[in-house]
Amino acid sequence: MPDQLIYAIEVFLNGLMAGVLYALVALGFVLIYKASGIFNYAQGVMALFAAMTLVGVMEGQIPFAHLINAILGTEIHHFGWHLPALLGILLTMIVMIILAWLVQRIIFKHLVGQEPIILFMATIGLAYFMEGLGDMMWGANIKKLDVGLPQGINLWIDETTYNIFDYGFFIDNLDIVASIIAAILVGVLVMFAQYTKEGRAMRAVADDHQAALSVGVSLNFIWIMVWSVAGFVALVAGIMWGTKSGVQFSLSLIALKALPVLMLGGFTSIPGAIIGGLIIGVGEKLFEFLVGPLIGGATENWFAYVLALLLLVFRPQGLFGEKIIERV
Amino acid sequence: MNTDDGYITEDGRKIGGVVMEMKNITLRFGGVTAIQDITFDIREGEIRAIIGPNGAGKSSMLNVVSGFYVPQEGEVFFRGEKRPPLKPFEVARQGIARTFQNIALFEGMSVLDNVMTGRLTQMNSGFISQALWRGKAEREEIENREICERVIDFLEIQPIRKTPVSRLPYGLKKRVELARALASEPKLLLLDEPMAGMNVEEKEDMSRFILDVNDEFGTTIALIEHDMGVVMDLSDRVVVMDYGKKIGDGTPSDIRNNQAVIDAYLGVSHD
Repeated sequence: MPDQLIYAIEVFLNGLMAGVLYALVALGFVLIYKASGIFNYAQGVMALFAAMTLVGVMEGQIPFAHLINAILGTEIHHFGWHLPALLGILLTMIVMIILAWLVQRIIFKHLVGQEPIILFMATIGLAYFMEGLGDMMWGANIKKLDVGLPQGINLWIDETTYNIFDYGFFIDNLDIVASIIAAILVGVLVMFAQYTKEGRAMRAVADDHQAALSVGVSLNFIWIMVWSVAGFVALVAGIMWGTKSGVQFSLSLIALKALPVLMLGGFTSIPGAIIGGLIIGVGEKLFEFLVGPLIGGATENWFAYVLALLLLVFRPQGLFGEKIIERV
Repeated sequence: MNTDDGYITEDGRKIGGVVMEMKNITLRFGGVTAIQDITFDIREGEIRAIIGPNGAGKSSMLNVVSGFYVPQEGEVFFRGEKRPPLKPFEVARQGIARTFQNIALFEGMSVLDNVMTGRLTQMNSGFISQALWRGKAEREEIENREICERVIDFLEIQPIRKTPVSRLPYGLKKRVELARALASEPKLLLLDEPMAGMNVEEKEDMSRFILDVNDEFGTTIALIEHDMGVVMDLSDRVVVMDYGKKIGDGTPSDIRNNQAVIDAYLGVSHD
C-alpha cells in the first residue's frame, strides 16, 4: 500500500474521533433547541463550568474562596479532601441540575413566547454570567483534570498496524475512550427519547406546546429536564476536552466548533448532530493533510466554517433538518 | 361526588350525577367580557353540547373547563370538589381530555405515537425501571399499548397507525386527535368543534364515533358545534350562549322551542 494512503487512514481515524467530540457538544445544542426553540449560546460555557466544578469538587476547593477571603479577611482555600472521580461527577451533576432549575426559574420562565432573538440574547447573557460565576467560584487559573481516563498512545493499535503496514498508527487512548463514551451517551439519549415516559413527553413538547399541555405534560418540568440533560452532555464534553487540554477558558470556545456541525446536521436532528460532527472532524483533518501543505497549512481553523457556508448555500435546512415547505 | 339521581334521556339512557359544575363563571379579556355569569353542569355519561353564534364565548367556556383560561369570577366543581385555579396540564392529569378547534397534534410523530402520548397521564413507573425496561415499566408499556390499539381499532384508523400525522388529511387528523384524547380514558372529554370544516360524509362518521364512544365506554362528553342539525341529533342536553350570556339550557326539544334561542340564531327585527 502506498505510504500516502496509510497516513490518510490514520488521519481519517483521528478525524473520526475528533468528530465524536464535536458531535457531543452539538448534541447539547440540539436538545435544548428542539425542546424549547432556544439556541443556547452558553452550551460551551456550560462545558467549561461543569469541568471547573468537577475539578473544584474533586480537589476539595472551597467555592468562592477568594471572595470570602477578600471580604472576611480569612485564609481558607481547601476543605482538605480529595474525592474519587465518580463521586465528583455525581456532585457536579447535581450542581448542573440546580443550575438548570435556576436558569428556567429565573430567566426562561419569564420569556415564554418571546422572539427567538430575545431568547438567544438571554443565553449570551447567561454565557457571560456563568463564565464569571465559574471564575469566582473556582478561580481563573488553568486546571488539570484527571478522572482516571487512560491517556497516551495506544500500543496495541501501534503494534498491530506496524505489523500490517510497516507503519504504526498514533491513536490516543483518550480519543478512543471518548468515542466509546460519546457513542454510549448518544445511544442512551436516543433510548431515553424513544422509550421512556419523560422522553415521550420531551418529544411532545418539542413538537407542539399546546398539545403537550392538553395531554398533561408540564412544560416547565420538561424544560428543566432538558437543561439538565444538556448540562450532563456539557459535563461529559467538559471532561473529555478538559482531560485533553486542561480546564481553561478556551474550552468554552469549542461551542463555536459545534456551529458548523449544527449547520451541517440541522438544529433539530440528533442523528444529524452525530453525523455532522463526524463529517466535520474527518473533513478538517483530511483537508489539512491533503490540501494543507499546498496552501500553507492551518486550514483546521476555517475549514469547518467554509464547509458549513457552502452547505448553507445549497441546502439551508442542513443535511437532515426538516425541509421547510411553506404553504401559500 | 354529587349523589342526586340524574335523569332519563329522550332516547331512554340513564344519566348519572353531576361530574362538572360551573358556577357563575365570568371571564374577561381586558375590557371585553367573554363569559358573563354562566352556570351549568355536566352529568355523568351524557353528551352535553354548548352552542351559540360566532363569538358567543363557547370556546372560551371550553377553555375555562380545561384550564387554559382562568375565570375572574365563579367557581368550578369537578367530581364534587371545588377546583382551585390549575394549569392546563394539571387539569389533564385530573382526567379531563380535550381536542382543539384547529387541531393540536404532534405533527412529527406517527399516529400511534400521538395516541400513546394520551397515556402519559396514566404512566407512573419509575425512571430507572423504564430505562431498563423491567417489571412494572414493561407491564405498563404493554398495557398502555393495548389500550391505544383498542382505541385505534375503535376509531378505524389502523391503516394509518405508522403514518406521520403531518401527511394525513384534515378529517383523519381530527380523528387522531379524538383517539389521543380517548386513550387517556378521560372522565370528561371536551371536543372543540369536532366537525368544523368537514364534509357531510366525514361529519356523519364523526357523529357516529362520538355516539359510539359515549355508548361503548360510557364517556362523559362536552362538545361545541356549529352545525345545529348535528348538535340536536347528538346531544342529551344543550347550553346556548350568545354574547357571553347563557340564553337557554335544556334538552334539544326544549331548545328548539326556546324563543330567545330562535331570536339569537335568526335575528329579531327591532322596529
